Amino acid sequence: MLFFTKTALGNLLRKYSTRMYPHVVREPFKDARGELYNEIDKCIFCMKCSKVCPSQCITVNNKAATWECDPFACVYCGVCVENCPVSCLHMKPAYRKAVYNRELIHMQGELKKKKTASAPKTTPEVATAANPDDLGESPE
Amino acid sequence: MARTIIPFGPQHPVLPEPIHLKLVVEDEIVKEALPAIGYVHRGLEKLADIRDYNQMIQIVERVCGICSMIHAMCYCQGLEEMMKVEAPSRAKFLRVIWSELHRMHSHLLWLGLFADAFGFEALFMQFWKIRERIMDINEATAGNRVIVSVNVVGGVRRDLSPEQCRWILKELEEVERQIKELQSTMLKDYSVCKRTKGIGVLTKEQAHELGAAGPLLRASGWAQDCRQLGYAAFPELDFSPVFHTDGDCWARGWVRFMETLQSINLVRQAIAKLPQGELAAKVKGNPEGEIVTRVEQPRGELLYYIKANGKKNLERLRIRTPTFANVPPLLAMLPGVELANVPVVVLSIDPCISCTER
Ligand code: SF4
Ligand code: SF4
Repeated sequence: MLFFTKTALGNLLRKYSTRMYPHVVREPFKDARGELYNEIDKCIFCMKCSKVCPSQCITVNNKAATWECDPFACVYCGVCVENCPVSCLHMKPAYRKAVYNRELIHMQGELKKKKTASAPKTTPEVATAANPDDLGESPE
Repeated sequence: MARTIIPFGPQHPVLPEPIHLKLVVEDEIVKEALPAIGYVHRGLEKLADIRDYNQMIQIVERVCGICSMIHAMCYCQGLEEMMKVEAPSRAKFLRVIWSELHRMHSHLLWLGLFADAFGFEALFMQFWKIRERIMDINEATAGNRVIVSVNVVGGVRRDLSPEQCRWILKELEEVERQIKELQSTMLKDYSVCKRTKGIGVLTKEQAHELGAAGPLLRASGWAQDCRQLGYAAFPELDFSPVFHTDGDCWARGWVRFMETLQSINLVRQAIAKLPQGELAAKVKGNPEGEIVTRVEQPRGELLYYIKANGKKNLERLRIRTPTFANVPPLLAMLPGVELANVPVVVLSIDPCISCTER
């Protein structure tokens, strides 16, 4: 009888189990599979990532040196990250925030010509709306 | 009162899963139940035609969110057997750890939903609060709360560091303490017993005849569990199935409650015995042949039939999930049940319709 009373009273005295979410955000775990990003300077446009991706959400153009990912189709499995031969793909530990527009992550790189002196110095160009940090008010 | 047909589902507050039952009732007593499924068919098996066998791992994980890891493990084990590679023993132990974590969070989810079905909202919240700890373990060790995606053909992709093992053990201690705190509420409370004891009885013979699986089968007195087959590292762990002879809704709750505690014990054993070594064996070439593999999912026996012909894409992939096996027993349990108890009885089989229809 009344077995739950102890638990219920205990809950009254304990601190909240929930967080006031957008205001209080938990630190992400170190190895969580969050948002995908590409260090485009290192990318050699070999298309390996787009071939192994189970949801086929990466488009690589090795002529125009572009790398595109549809973050809405990505299932954050991390297979592309593991298969990239130059390890230029990474996953941030934090999940992608909600966005208003459905846009691709588009990155423009530079084709690497057979070991010429011109070291790649393009900075990754991210479509503005695809960068979640630019969207909406950040909770802080 | 004359016979009336009452539709139950596919949208029903107690059941997030879309199953439709036409309940023929007379004086609020169910006389017959006619099921209809097919609301969430996604055609995942057919995807084997256009995705190669490695990509299918991520796809079969999505057959069922709650036991994603176990689906992938079953699929990978099948392919390993077909391609004659053996997963390293560290991988086998890690598979046990993650699959038992999945069983735990699935059972805690069910215990909560079950409490909700008989109207005990506070207990529901309590179980789900405990479950969050398991989800955190999943996220911290494998990278995602639900779809852990740790399997590859030949082994696993992620490793556990000694600190992580210690942290898991610490968390599990707290989980165990909190679950045990709820034991008398879940199993002895007067109102809980009133809503579950003697309701929806499935006898031992019926369970056998109708081919019940998983906790439903074990609650009817059969000590059968696919983990006894000795896949992954189970032969090296001390394991015997939990079973009960009552065969009613309460007994199913009891079995799942005890299995949750048993899973904690299995994870502890696996961490204690975790051997050093490789994570995955090298796999070369494409699979060829035909194979059936079985594992124990939280809901019962999961069966994969894989047929491959030496190409990148599988020729045929067929999945039989435990809920499919548990629908006929459900239909045998419903006649004679009061209408108000139907949600309790339906939930007591732990229906997972999305994975039944894929
Ligand atoms: S696999 Fe890596 S290097 Fe190759 S295209 Fe993808 S991101 Fe670039
Ligand atoms: S994380 Fe998975 S789904 Fe997303 S782009 Fe990489 S391989 Fe594709």
